[in-house]
Amino acid sequence: MSESMVQIHNVTKVYERGKQKVEVLHGLTLEIPRGDFVALMGPSGSGKTTLLNLIGGLDQPTAGEVTVAGSRLDQLGSSQLAHWRAHNVGFVFQFYNLMPVLSAEGNVELPLLLTKLSGAQRKKNVAVALEVVGLTDRAKHKPKELSGGQEQRVAIARALVSDPQLLVCDEPTGDLDRTTADEILGLLQVLNREHGKTIVMVTHDPKAAGFARHTLHLEKGQLLEQAA
Amino acid sequence: MTKSGFVIANLFRKRTRTILTLLSVIMAFVLFGLLQSVNSMFNAGADFVGATRLMTQARVSFTQALPVSMVPKIESVPGVARVAYSMWFGGIWQENTPLFVFAINPLRHRDAYPEYVMPEAQWQAFANTRTAMVAGKLLADQYHWKIGQKIPISSNIYPQKDGSKAWAFDLVGILDGKDDAWRRQTNVAFINADYFDEANQFNLKGRTNFFIIKLADGANAQAISKTIDAMFENSPDETKTQTEKDFNLGFVKQIGDIGLIVHWILFAVFFTLLLVVGNTMAQSVRERIPELAVLKTLGFSDASVLGFVLAEAFALCLFGGLVGLSLATALGAMVEKGSGGQFQVTLDGGVWFIGIVAIVVMSIAVGLLPALRARRLRIVDALAGR
Repeated sequence: MSESMVQIHNVTKVYERGKQKVEVLHGLTLEIPRGDFVALMGPSGSGKTTLLNLIGGLDQPTAGEVTVAGSRLDQLGSSQLAHWRAHNVGFVFQFYNLMPVLSAEGNVELPLLLTKLSGAQRKKNVAVALEVVGLTDRAKHKPKELSGGQEQRVAIARALVSDPQLLVCDEPTGDLDRTTADEILGLLQVLNREHGKTIVMVTHDPKAAGFARHTLHLEKGQLLEQAA
Repeated sequence: MTKSGFVIANLFRKRTRTILTLLSVIMAFVLFGLLQSVNSMFNAGADFVGATRLMTQARVSFTQALPVSMVPKIESVPGVARVAYSMWFGGIWQENTPLFVFAINPLRHRDAYPEYVMPEAQWQAFANTRTAMVAGKLLADQYHWKIGQKIPISSNIYPQKDGSKAWAFDLVGILDGKDDAWRRQTNVAFINADYFDEANQFNLKGRTNFFIIKLADGANAQAISKTIDAMFENSPDETKTQTEKDFNLGFVKQIGDIGLIVHWILFAVFFTLLLVVGNTMAQSVRERIPELAVLKTLGFSDASVLGFVLAEAFALCLFGGLVGLSLATALGAMVEKGSGGQFQVTLDGGVWFIGIVAIVVMSIAVGLLPALRARRLRIVDALAGR
């Protein structure tokens, strides 16, 4: 864990809500080493999701520098950012956000449509990803035929399938019961420890944060402390 | 899974809605195909003729008969090779089936219309048998007429001298066309003008509705038209001479501007269709904004997402359009067969081409706005439900 996966320097993010301007992040500076598993905690409106969006290349800072996986995201245009996301980051959402019209394997294959892999190679990668999350036997099922925990596993497989170094998780267990949540968090831990994925996870749940290597606390758009 | 597979899967996310929309697209294209064919059918009356004939009718209206005695005068005009003449007889077959029957001079007609093909012996039989009739192949096939048969035809316009509306003719020949275009013009029958002259009650002896003027090679059609009309100016039988194409178009316009009527109907159909399909597409995009945002999150570019939505619109219109045009083709063929070729509403290549263009234009028209909306959406706002 020597070099940095995420470097954020003096980042400010201002949202315009109608005529009102809301500064969500105030000159935030942060560094996350490669291979780390970081939990971002803080009260609602503290800027956790905004920070996660910046790290995942979903949004641009108003000021400051965001460097992730060696790329200055604050300098990339919309299509460059899309290309960067496709190759460098996987996303896991609270409500899974799977495509209801596709089967589990179809959902997992979706990011691979952006690659030049053959159909056979894509199928192979999908099978591996579903095996990692323990859902091989549910490959043909549509999301509505799966439980919440299984849907989240499919979402994790989708995030993994193009082998990104960084996983960005926004409240990945927020919609799950305790047992299932622990299973998902255990899976993320395995991905971090055994597959070397860097994971940044937003959570309200201290128990979920306990699965991370580090926890960062945000309040009113500023980093409060860094705890081991 | 492929990108096209993903597009089709999305299209059928609301199966009932998509099927109903598809049905409206199919119906619109069935209407389009049939109406466009009707339009083509009426225009075909003008398209297949060459520029080798002129038609002369009374200046006021072709219903006002002209004297056949004008034939030698017209034939004396330099550049005129042959003059035929034709009188509308009408005719009703059996209970109430109207036929296109004209009273003509057989041999003059043969010379003026080399496009009609019939053995010379049958032409001669036609010329030499006063009660003779020749039928076009389409007509003869439709009613299973055979040479030698007596064909009873009634006329609501011209009773016989004894007041009877029932006429009977001896079928002595069946004429065909020299090519497909002319074969489609064989849904007519001709009777001998001499017999008609003597037998009709109205004493129309020696009069005809119009003259068909076959031009010599290289003749100046415009100059000849002017010469003929000038020849009869200020006489009781002033004439109006025009090319056969203009004459046919004018004849069709007696019914109305078919092209304009068809275009307005189609405009109304497609305008309604735009609203229906456009609304479906807009609704479909609106209800999956978060999914589109997820696509962008996964790395699909703005242009790719725009492409997905446009592809959905195109798939919907293409499938509906092709099915609609195919159905119209089948229906048109059935109508044509059922009418024995009188109503030639089979979709030709031209109608299909316009149909394909309409599919592409409609896809863009209904898909572009929702696609642009999908392209513009910001991931963080869409995921947050803003």
